[in-house]
Amino acid sequence: MAFRAAVITFPGSNCDRDMAVAIERVSGIAPMRVWHGDAHLPEDLDFIALPGGFSYGDYLRSGAMAANSPIMRSVARRAERGVPVLGVCNGFQVLTEAGLLPGALMRNASQNFICRTVDLTVENSQSLFTGGYDSGQTIRIPVAHHDGNYFADDDTLDRIEGEGRVAFRYVENCNGSRRGIAGVLNSAGNVLGMMPHPERAVDPAHGGTDGLALFENAVKSLVEA
Amino acid sequence: MKIRVHVSLKPGVLDPQGRAVHHALEGLGFEGVEDVRVGRLIELEVADSTSDDALTEMCDKLLANTVIENYRIEKVA
Repeated sequence: MAFRAAVITFPGSNCDRDMAVAIERVSGIAPMRVWHGDAHLPEDLDFIALPGGFSYGDYLRSGAMAANSPIMRSVARRAERGVPVLGVCNGFQVLTEAGLLPGALMRNASQNFICRTVDLTVENSQSLFTGGYDSGQTIRIPVAHHDGNYFADDDTLDRIEGEGRVAFRYVENCNGSRRGIAGVLNSAGNVLGMMPHPERAVDPAHGGTDGLALFENAVKSLVEA
Repeated sequence: MKIRVHVSLKPGVLDPQGRAVHHALEGLGFEGVEDVRVGRLIELEVADSTSDDALTEMCDKLLANTVIENYRIEKVA
C-alpha cells in the first residue's frame, strides 16, 4: 500500500515545503499538502507533520490559535489512533497547546531569537522517530526560534524523564529549557515535538545531514509496512 | 457585559520578559523595584446571559495556557 503522509499548512507556516521535501526524499512519495481550513484529513494517513513557522502570527501565544483550529481535531483523533505525528518548532508549540504533548514553550530566556546549528544528545533511541540514532549520540541540527524555552512542572518532568519520553536534549542549553529538553514524545511514542529542525539537515547542501536518520527511520518502517 | 481577563505567569515560572523590564527600570535609575512580572489583559464584550462556566471555559481552552499561566476573571460592568 502506498505511503500517505500529510504536511499541514497554517496561515504563517513557513517550513512546510522543507518538511515536504524531507519526507519525499526518504519515502520517494510526495506528501499531501493540507491547508488548515480543510477540516477533513484522509482516514488512511500514515504520517502527519506540523511544520515550523509563525502560525496566526503567534497571536495570543505561539501555536495557540492553530491548536484550536478544526484541522487539529482531525490530527488529534489520528494521533490517538497511533498515527505518527511530528511537530517541529511551531509544530511543537501547536502540539503542546493542543494538549497532545505535555509542557509549554515560553520566550527564550535570553529574549533573543536564536538561529544557529546546535548539538543535541539523543536521549531515547527506541522510538519510531529516533530509532535511527544511538542513545547518547550527539547530532547537529539547526534551531531557529524565539519561543523554545521548554517548561513543565517538576512532577511532569520527572514523569516524562522516567518514561523515557525526552527524545533530545541540548548539549548546551541555548534557550533556558528546563533540564535542557529539546524534544518530547507522547506516552504512546507516536507523537514527537521538537524545537530543532531536522528537515533543515537532510542534504549536504544544508551543511549537515544529521536529520536524515529521523525521517528515514520514521518513514522506512511505514513505507515497508 | 464587559469582562476583563487578567492572565499572569504562575509563581515559580521564570519570566524572562519581566526580568528584562526589571533591568530596564534599574537602568533608568528607579530604585527599590524588587520584581517585575509581565502579564496580559484581555477585554471581552459578551452577552449579559454569558455564564460564569462559559467564561471559565474560554479561559481554560484558549485565553490562558494553564500549564504556565493563571487567570482572573473580572466583571467590569
